[in-house]
Amino acid sequence: MVEVEAFIVLSAALFILGAMGVVLRRNAILVFMSVELMLNAANLALVAFAWHWGGMDGHIFVFFVITVAAAEVAVGLALIVAIFRSRQSINIDELHLMEG
Amino acid sequence: MIDVPSIADLNLTVTFPAVFLALFTMVVLIVDLFIPKDRKIRTAHLTLGGLVVAFVWNVLVFDSNQTALGGMYIADSFSGFINFIALTAAIITCFLSVDYLKRTGIEQGEFYSLLLFSTAGVMFMGAASDLIVVFIALEILSIPLYVMAAMRYRDAKSEESGLKYFILGAFASAFFLYGAALVYGATGTTSLPEIFASVEGIVATDSGARLYLVLGAALIFVGLGFKVAVVPFHMWTPDVYEGAPTPVTAFMSVAAKAGGFAALLRLMVIALPELTANIGDTIAIWQTTIAIVAAATMILGNFVAIVQTNVKRMLAYSSIAHAGYILMGVAAVGTIGVAEEATRAALIYMLAYTFTNLGAFAVVMALEKDDGSGTQIADFKGLSRSRPLLAVMMAFFMLSLTGVPTTAGFIGKFLLFGAALEAGLVLLTIIGVLTSVVSAYYYVRIIVNMYLEDGEGDPAEGATQYLNYATYAAFAGTLIIGLFPFLAVNLLDTMMIAGLF
Repeated sequence: MVEVEAFIVLSAALFILGAMGVVLRRNAILVFMSVELMLNAANLALVAFAWHWGGMDGHIFVFFVITVAAAEVAVGLALIVAIFRSRQSINIDELHLMEG
Repeated sequence: MIDVPSIADLNLTVTFPAVFLALFTMVVLIVDLFIPKDRKIRTAHLTLGGLVVAFVWNVLVFDSNQTALGGMYIADSFSGFINFIALTAAIITCFLSVDYLKRTGIEQGEFYSLLLFSTAGVMFMGAASDLIVVFIALEILSIPLYVMAAMRYRDAKSEESGLKYFILGAFASAFFLYGAALVYGATGTTSLPEIFASVEGIVATDSGARLYLVLGAALIFVGLGFKVAVVPFHMWTPDVYEGAPTPVTAFMSVAAKAGGFAALLRLMVIALPELTANIGDTIAIWQTTIAIVAAATMILGNFVAIVQTNVKRMLAYSSIAHAGYILMGVAAVGTIGVAEEATRAALIYMLAYTFTNLGAFAVVMALEKDDGSGTQIADFKGLSRSRPLLAVMMAFFMLSLTGVPTTAGFIGKFLLFGAALEAGLVLLTIIGVLTSVVSAYYYVRIIVNMYLEDGEGDPAEGATQYLNYATYAAFAGTLIIGLFPFLAVNLLDTMMIAGLF
């Protein structure tokens, strides 16, 4: 029998990988994918905890997270496409019109 | 296995302001399709109608103090007051937007539905009594704002601000979500009252659950800290505020902040008395952490604002500073016995800030040109000669942001500093008072520009009919709270009698 801690360690590793991706990656699409990885790490933790506690709350939470992530994809990709159209680049280091 | 609740069990009456607004948003979205392009003002009228209905209904169910939707929604005085702030902000923003959208060529009916969605998000956030609802409300609040920030899509700055806000907002949501997952793991439930009930037992033991709980609470604080822009999670604020269309900036600076602080007060602070009850250490650490963050936020916000030349950017740093002041109230709630007073102070501060900041942005909008220029501090030179009334109101808003007596800002600061002193946060209060003095420097500079500097004076062609309504409303609100503070305090007191604590 696998302990719940094993799942949490895995999900924490995924979460940290995702967070590092957001900080280190320069391509907006990859940054966005890293955010999705963080959300899915949280999903894994929720499902593992739901299994541990034997309740439904965690499973229901995951469904809502999936829905919200889909809404975020819709808005995020639209923004990235709009930026690409006007600048032919989605490198987030080049987003520096405003400084100070 | 699953009980299907009856309609009566859902207790929909008390949720009506928020639920109605969410449904009304869809109506606006559909009706807007049939409104011809040159008559989009009708969409604005429809939106205002819906907001007013929600506002009136909110007054009727103000302090009903009941739970609804299977215990996931609390309609108490606290959520009533947050609704009040959110709806006021939305109504004024609606007036601000009508002419601005038209003259800058971004008039789209969807703008109003997005505004309504975001407002509904704030309202659900204040009333949420379940981690799932808090998360959904946070997203309903944020996702429309990402789109609205990028609404001026022909302007590269607006696009950039939208993408920056989106990436950092989604990043923050992920932190919040992971924190929520850990809290669920520690307690086995997502319902806030049940979490609070089990916190005491978990903190007393030295188990893995305690680690999950502490880590989870910290991650939730990081996630919400991004939303309300406290140091060190504030980096996105100036860029996003500068690039976004000005009505959106105005709405973001008050409504998103109110929503974030509502969730912070509910999640972090109402849980803290439970932590205090058993171990003295934990509360001290919590309160100290929040106090340090509040102090850093006030100092950085106020000092960096001094060197800004763009008014929108200056107001962005000023909004960071004000988040620090409200956070001071959040820290004060951690002391036993001060919780009620501090919550009240934070709420009244938010209401005062809502009126004042919307008014300040309204005047900025009056000066802004169609291409988005005209928002430098130098553009205010000589405004007292070209538009005397506008200059008087702007001066009043600036004094209110500084916290000069007879303005709303003074009442908010007075209550907040009082609560912080009573909570024993003397050093934090001193920092608060000193940074307020520093803030006078950059707020008064605008007044000096308007009254003492030579200059033609901007004609302020943006001050159109609807924008003037919004400016007057904000001015009236700031003045009334400033002169008759007992009105706001009584409003909150009647709510608090049966209310939160």
